[in-house]
Amino acid sequence: MTMNYEKLLSESARRMRPSGIRKFFDLAAEMPECISLGVGEPDFQTPWDIRDAAIHSLEIGRTKYTANSGLRELREAISEYMHRKYHLSYEAGDIVVTVGGSEAIDLAIRALVAPGDEVIIPEPCYVSYEPITTLTHGVPVHVACLEENDFRITAEQIKAAITPRTKILVLGFPNNPTGAVLRHEDLEAIAEVIRGTDITILSDEIYAELAYGYRHESIAGIEGMKERTVVVGGFSKSFSMTGWRLGYACGPQPLIAAMLKIHQSCIMAAPTTSQYAAITALRDCDDDVEEMRRQYDLRRQYCVRKLNEMGLKTFEPRGAFYVFPNITSSGMNSEEFCQKLLQEKHVAIVPGTAFGDAGEGFARISYAYSIDHLREAFRRIAEFLEEHKGE
Amino acid sequence: MDAMKLLTLLADDPRASVTDLADILGESEEEVEKAKNDLEKNKIICGYHTVINWDKTNVEHVDAYIGVAAKPERGTGYDKIAERIARFPEVASLYLMSGTSEFLVSLNARTMREVADFVGAKLAPIEGVASTVTMFVLKKYKVNGVTMDLKEEIADDRMIISA
Repeated sequence: MTMNYEKLLSESARRMRPSGIRKFFDLAAEMPECISLGVGEPDFQTPWDIRDAAIHSLEIGRTKYTANSGLRELREAISEYMHRKYHLSYEAGDIVVTVGGSEAIDLAIRALVAPGDEVIIPEPCYVSYEPITTLTHGVPVHVACLEENDFRITAEQIKAAITPRTKILVLGFPNNPTGAVLRHEDLEAIAEVIRGTDITILSDEIYAELAYGYRHESIAGIEGMKERTVVVGGFSKSFSMTGWRLGYACGPQPLIAAMLKIHQSCIMAAPTTSQYAAITALRDCDDDVEEMRRQYDLRRQYCVRKLNEMGLKTFEPRGAFYVFPNITSSGMNSEEFCQKLLQEKHVAIVPGTAFGDAGEGFARISYAYSIDHLREAFRRIAEFLEEHKGE
Repeated sequence: MDAMKLLTLLADDPRASVTDLADILGESEEEVEKAKNDLEKNKIICGYHTVINWDKTNVEHVDAYIGVAAKPERGTGYDKIAERIARFPEVASLYLMSGTSEFLVSLNARTMREVADFVGAKLAPIEGVASTVTMFVLKKYKVNGVTMDLKEEIADDRMIISA
């Protein structure tokens, strides 16, 4: 090969670190008999009504591009849904329909961040905030969410991280990987710090429907926050529609308009079939969502109890579908723990460090699996702990 | 102990072990066992059944639904006649219905002949039964929430690990 891509690739592309998730995926993929607790997507099938709506849209020939910002009917449905669920008022024009929540995150960061701008990223967190910030030559500022604070970010921590260059505060709650949530008083305290600054909040609420024993509240609903918040939502987790690749962003008009310009250039419009399906999801599927939440909730309680019983201190998460046990009692670090568990017991879980340095000492276990599957995996983890006792 | 929660869990999976149920509910196994026994004793749980697709076996099997027109009796209404029908072991289920006939009887039998004999010799002669309409099941697509012979859905094709 005469082309030297080591030289040709852009510096920012070269500097991107392969994700910790990817590394574990490669290891686990070599073990066909391995059982996984590593997924970040629901096990439930997309509810039939939604699939049926998609099939119908194809039958009648809805196979063309939609408006760049998404079908008007879908944006109206999102508007109604945001109001019905979270008491937020957005007009159809304040909404852009995206290819998954991830595109909405990308758009928001690209629309706001100039080289040198700082983005406050509470960790552990979803893996895409940092690389996108870096690609736009922004500066990620990590703040560690601590176990003793139930993995919430505190207003004091945010205050301490703010500088004159702070552009965005990312809030990813309910949180992947910890399952932590922010309650009304946390949001109020954060709003108090942000009020009067020029900081925009990127509130990734993709797991909003998966809240246990409380109702999710958006920071956009706190006084003075709507004008500075972009709320990212999506269909993947709430309606079990990961493969449909559909999400959305709601926010202040000028910001959404800028995001739409970027979206027009690189995406055109989100997939049409998925958009028709999504209208049904928002309007007719409350019962399906409720049933999935009920099942997750049972598994959540099962996981917390089992893990604590086997000696892994596990915080009780109130959202998403992950538990985040503290594995330090094993004497191993996260990476070592997960690697050995995979090699010796063929159970795949994700080291906490894949979600930022603050994840050291923890591992992410997904409970998007049946109880039968969880039981067998936990049996193996208990065996593993027993065999490494006192090391 | 939340008995209703236990009930929903058993409705989802009647074979769930007491250990799993206890872990999910955050209760002791003894408590779960006791609550389950109480539900059975009070006839809130009336039985645990297996859904079988007999068509996939060599066993001869015929299912029939029989609409039964009947006259109510003074004082007891439909209850007495219902009891007479329900006592026959061949009767799998019996409902009082709105619509054209009063009762709907379902029958699991081995042959059509058996069904005909039951209707002719046992059901129709019951005092108060005015007429019957027998419908044979030709093919089952879904039974008790379980689909049969439909295109199988993919079990789990998720990536092993994802963000």
